[in-house]
Amino acid sequence: MSLPTSIRRSMFETMVRSRFWDDRLTTQYWIDKTPVFAFGAGPLPGELHTSHGQEPVGAGVCAALSDEDMITTGHRPHHIAVARGVDLREMSAELFGKKAGLSGGRGGHMHLYDKRVNFSSSGIIAEGLGPAAGMAFARKMQKKSGVALSFLGDGAVNQGAFHEVMNIVGLHKLPFICVIEDNKWAVTTHKSMSTACERNSDRAENYGMTGEFVEGNDPELIYLATQRALERARSGEGGTILEIETVRLSGHFMGDPAGYITGEKSDYQVDPVPVYRARLIDDGILTEQEASDIERVIGAEVDEAITFALDADYPDANDALNCTFA
Amino acid sequence: MSTKEAAPWESPTSGESSSRSLTICRAQREAVDWEMEHDERVFMMGEDVAGFGGVFGTADGLGDKFGSDRVIDMPISETGWIGMAAGAAMEGMRPIIELAYVDFIGVCYNAIVNHAAKTYFMSGGQFKVPMVLISGTGAGYSNAAQHSQCLHATLAHMPGLKVVSPTNAYDAKGMMHTAIRDDNFVVFLVHKGASGVGFMGPLVKTSLSDVPQEDYTVPFGKIKVYREGTDVTIAGVGLAVHQALQSADSLAKMGISAEVVDIRSLVPLDREGIIESVAKTGRLVVADEDYHSYGVSGEVIASVIERDATIFKAPPQRVCIPDVSIPFSRPLEYSILPLEERITSAALKTIENV
Ligand SMILES: Cc1ncc(C[n+]2csc(CCOP(=O)(O)OP(=O)(O)O)c2C)c(N)n1
Ligand SMILES: [Mg+2]
Repeated sequence: MSLPTSIRRSMFETMVRSRFWDDRLTTQYWIDKTPVFAFGAGPLPGELHTSHGQEPVGAGVCAALSDEDMITTGHRPHHIAVARGVDLREMSAELFGKKAGLSGGRGGHMHLYDKRVNFSSSGIIAEGLGPAAGMAFARKMQKKSGVALSFLGDGAVNQGAFHEVMNIVGLHKLPFICVIEDNKWAVTTHKSMSTACERNSDRAENYGMTGEFVEGNDPELIYLATQRALERARSGEGGTILEIETVRLSGHFMGDPAGYITGEKSDYQVDPVPVYRARLIDDGILTEQEASDIERVIGAEVDEAITFALDADYPDANDALNCTFA
Repeated sequence: MSTKEAAPWESPTSGESSSRSLTICRAQREAVDWEMEHDERVFMMGEDVAGFGGVFGTADGLGDKFGSDRVIDMPISETGWIGMAAGAAMEGMRPIIELAYVDFIGVCYNAIVNHAAKTYFMSGGQFKVPMVLISGTGAGYSNAAQHSQCLHATLAHMPGLKVVSPTNAYDAKGMMHTAIRDDNFVVFLVHKGASGVGFMGPLVKTSLSDVPQEDYTVPFGKIKVYREGTDVTIAGVGLAVHQALQSADSLAKMGISAEVVDIRSLVPLDREGIIESVAKTGRLVVADEDYHSYGVSGEVIASVIERDATIFKAPPQRVCIPDVSIPFSRPLEYSILPLEERITSAALKTIENV
């Protein structure tokens, strides 16, 4: 089964956009953070969890969605936000703490909110699940369409919220997709040291949901699996636990050299961006020239977003006192 | 006015050359190490503690030394393993558990306050729960609303748990020994900005101290006077104590003598010690990087007034986080922290307001 050319191209573009953005952010992140490392220093302060390696998950899942669908995610949100179409300039400005940011600089990298595309993220592990299920619940009550998706890591599955919310999703047959990004690591703890079963998608049956495991960090298989899950959700068949094998190519956050990751690399642990590029060229979807053109154009777009953020004004200090109550 | 530049965080050390200058984080770890060596009931649990030594290095090297039976990595299942720690303590063990950021108590507050803290009382004293929860507090590094709180009051408000927060290495080691040997549940909070972890930038000099090699205890429920003064008492918790020391320097240049008091033990609280200081100065500023309302700051002020409403020469002041969530953006965040300038102006307010 082959996907339409336009979708394959667009998933490649999304992966490139996400990767380039993370690369630019990485460069900015290290400004003023050496020789003494301090999370708080430099133009891009705070913890930074980039999505290097996980781009296929954002690109594959989000390419299958409709505008009305809703997303919550966690501390590693970039690839999903970019794929969902969160405004790149405003999101960049948010990460740099600027007034023009999505939340006027209140949220930062882990706490990205863009109501226009039904997107939000939060830094407390697995706690995006309840709100996502509630969004699905609200749509059901309002008799409106729309599927809610919550993204979380393999480590986050061990949080109580996962098990509580999955049961409720199954019980109420909510239009819901739980996307587990299985990169095998939670900070320095390997999945085999934290999780009593091999595949979390196997748990779905017991929650009255459908479980699917997608191997290989392949955006096309991810897209197709998401389509199936969306169909089930929209036709009233209820929720899916979609577990996706992916890879964390960076440390847990910037400053983590990840020396604890040793040993042989499996096939899925290769960098997925050049792999997909080569595949599209092999399949005759893109020429080498077209691929470089895409990279050049997106590179300029990302640069422009970062420049916009760097040039933007900081908020007024007093603004900290606004926005506590509606 | 006294301009005495005492530096009591360089605390009395026992013996000749057995002490070295350490960070809080290393000093507290030494106490854990010693207790694990000498008491087989003591063990450690938490996320990323065994191989990695904990996100803040509180368990550095302990996994290698004691093995995975006694330094145990846990899944991201805080309600589960904090509840387990309480159960293990009820069965005679002495767990030390690490919850990296105190903000995460949101997901396991029930295990903390309804179980670990209340079991001794509810069981009529049948079950003791001797355990220590280590956690990092504090803002100032653009980590936003969910990774920057202190939550002092959220914990200290609840009966049945002790809450301490040392601000220098000497106290950290001694108070950790005290915590582990205590028959109760102790929450041990250290401000990330003062602890000496690798990703928080330059060390806070006043948090370093000479620490003896051997074991010693620092008792709970006693304030520490960092700097003596006669005009105004500045009582602080956590990193705010170090800001208060800077503020005292600025005030000294204006000819004002500030006494800097580290509260360091929130439960039990040394009300007598604070009252004694205020009785001398007649003025009080409380600096606490927790939210302003319903907090430790209000508790301290109320404790003094309850004893003697005439003690104040001027209304006491609170320097806390105004009642808003902690923003990410640096100028927003800095404007709400209890930093030196805000403490100094609060102190001046008590002086001018005579
Ligand atoms: C309730 C809670 N506990 C602990 C943490 C600290 N923490 C942040 S990310 C993380 C690991 C997450 O691993 P995983 O879910 O696999 O996501 P990944 O980092 O691999 O994307 C941990 C333990 C947290 N943010 N919230
Ligand atoms: Mg993971």
